[in-house]
Amino acid sequence: MKLTLALAQINTHLGDVPNNLEKHLHLIGQAQAAGADLLVFPELSLTGYVLQDLANSVACQPSSSDPIFQPLLQASQRLDLVVGFVDEDPRHRFFIAAAYLSQGEIVHVHHKVYLPTYGLFDEGRFFAWGDAVRAFDTRFGRVGVLICEDFWHASPPYLLWLDGADLLLFMSASPGRGLRNEPKLESARWVEHINRAYASLFTTFVAHANRVGYEDGLNFWGGSTVFDPNGELLAKGPYHQEALTFAEIDLNQLHRTRSRLPLLRDERTSLVQRELTRILSQRRPNDRGN
Amino acid sequence: MTDLTINTDLARKILTGFIQTEIHRAGFTRAVVGVSGGVDSSLSCYLAAEALGPENVIAVRMPYKSSTPDTMKHAQAIIEALGVESVTISITEMVDPLFERFPDSNKIRRGNVMARARMIILYDQSEVHNGLVVGTGNKTEILLGYTTLYGDAACAINPLGDLYKTQVRQMARAMGVPEEIIQKPPSADLWVGQTDEGELGFTYEEVDQLLYLLVDQRYSPEDCIKDGFEEEFVRTVLERIRRYHYKRILPPIAKLSNRTVGYDFLYLRDWGT
Repeated sequence: MKLTLALAQINTHLGDVPNNLEKHLHLIGQAQAAGADLLVFPELSLTGYVLQDLANSVACQPSSSDPIFQPLLQASQRLDLVVGFVDEDPRHRFFIAAAYLSQGEIVHVHHKVYLPTYGLFDEGRFFAWGDAVRAFDTRFGRVGVLICEDFWHASPPYLLWLDGADLLLFMSASPGRGLRNEPKLESARWVEHINRAYASLFTTFVAHANRVGYEDGLNFWGGSTVFDPNGELLAKGPYHQEALTFAEIDLNQLHRTRSRLPLLRDERTSLVQRELTRILSQRRPNDRGN
Repeated sequence: MTDLTINTDLARKILTGFIQTEIHRAGFTRAVVGVSGGVDSSLSCYLAAEALGPENVIAVRMPYKSSTPDTMKHAQAIIEALGVESVTISITEMVDPLFERFPDSNKIRRGNVMARARMIILYDQSEVHNGLVVGTGNKTEILLGYTTLYGDAACAINPLGDLYKTQVRQMARAMGVPEEIIQKPPSADLWVGQTDEGELGFTYEEVDQLLYLLVDQRYSPEDCIKDGFEEEFVRTVLERIRRYHYKRILPPIAKLSNRTVGYDFLYLRDWGT
């Protein structure tokens, strides 16, 4: 089975959801016209990234009655969508979230589980921590969605792999940093390394949609990528400019790669569980446990 | 020696994109740049011209009667090279009455008055031309506090503030700023014979090496000394960084209410755009 995956590497208006929605609908039209089956937007694509005190005023509730989700759900009749937004739960906690929409339904909502709150990041101050990492079924097979810092940690991609995801969809609003005498920023180099590594280690497809543009002095570098189960680069967006990047994904590659390299078959999950249980039970009282 | 060389193509792309985006989303179309004929303001002017088109850049020359002739000549060279609009407004008539009123004022006072007079002109020109003032302060001078608060430090956006002086020179060379400008001794030219390195007591080459370790690489002072820097030099630089931190932040507001600007009223400037 083949599918055409599109990555919408967009700039956003900070805190202006209607304007960003309009851009989403426009790009959905473009992606559909080009034959895309699935279109992935970056982290917080409907709101912008450095929201600070805007976080609570831009939040949505992913449902068919929400005025922002209504047109997106309608558009998902034509192709599957992953969008980034702020999710306000019924108890008014605000999450950095991603929704997978297909055929008019909300198939899955992921809440970012790792909120970077160090260096230039301050997410933990404004957002609640997600507490689930779950793969889910789509018409293209089982999929997992993670948001930026989620995949800077090895465990969420690993959990999704074990939970059956053969297509990992990563979305970021990654601020560019680390300018050296190299053609790409350190942040870009690092993210590309780990995306390729996950594709190789988990013999799976890994797609990453990263935004572009500026928010005050921060630049977002784009460079969206798709890697196949051999760790080969299938498609790459340009740096620092808006683009729709397409990749044709042949899901039969999973069969071929895993016939050659049965890392999933041989993964010793019981050993992992046993050793993890032992490690956590032996922790000293002052160790941080999350 | 740490290699502080940067990829100038990448820096150029990011910085021109920054100038263009941030000026346009603030609702402006043009940049106003004070050009002194030095390497920092020349680079800012080159970046602004590339970002916005030379027709959208106003280079402002603001000589004082004691300014060295080179400042006007070098500023003219970049104005002509870029084809930007320019205007020359002398600050002599603005500042001399104040200096006459306080004949005993020292060169620090006078230098600050001159830097602030230039700020007034730049902001006035920004109103005239529907432009934003593009800053020229580099990372070295920001960290060392070697700048006049509300004077040369005043700007709407600053494309150079994360480039060390040695990197500014590298960028300037890559963008075609004349070599004569890049190589001349850096000077604020606030009084005759003033040079940055003479006043600071060390060279930019030396201090950039140290600042990179202390700030970018998070070295402890002890690690820097072990790496071969003189202890007194390390202490002097650290003390400058600490003492002049007030120049890098907005004035603290005394908190009284539950929500106070600067503490728990937090928005980017790009809010809503």
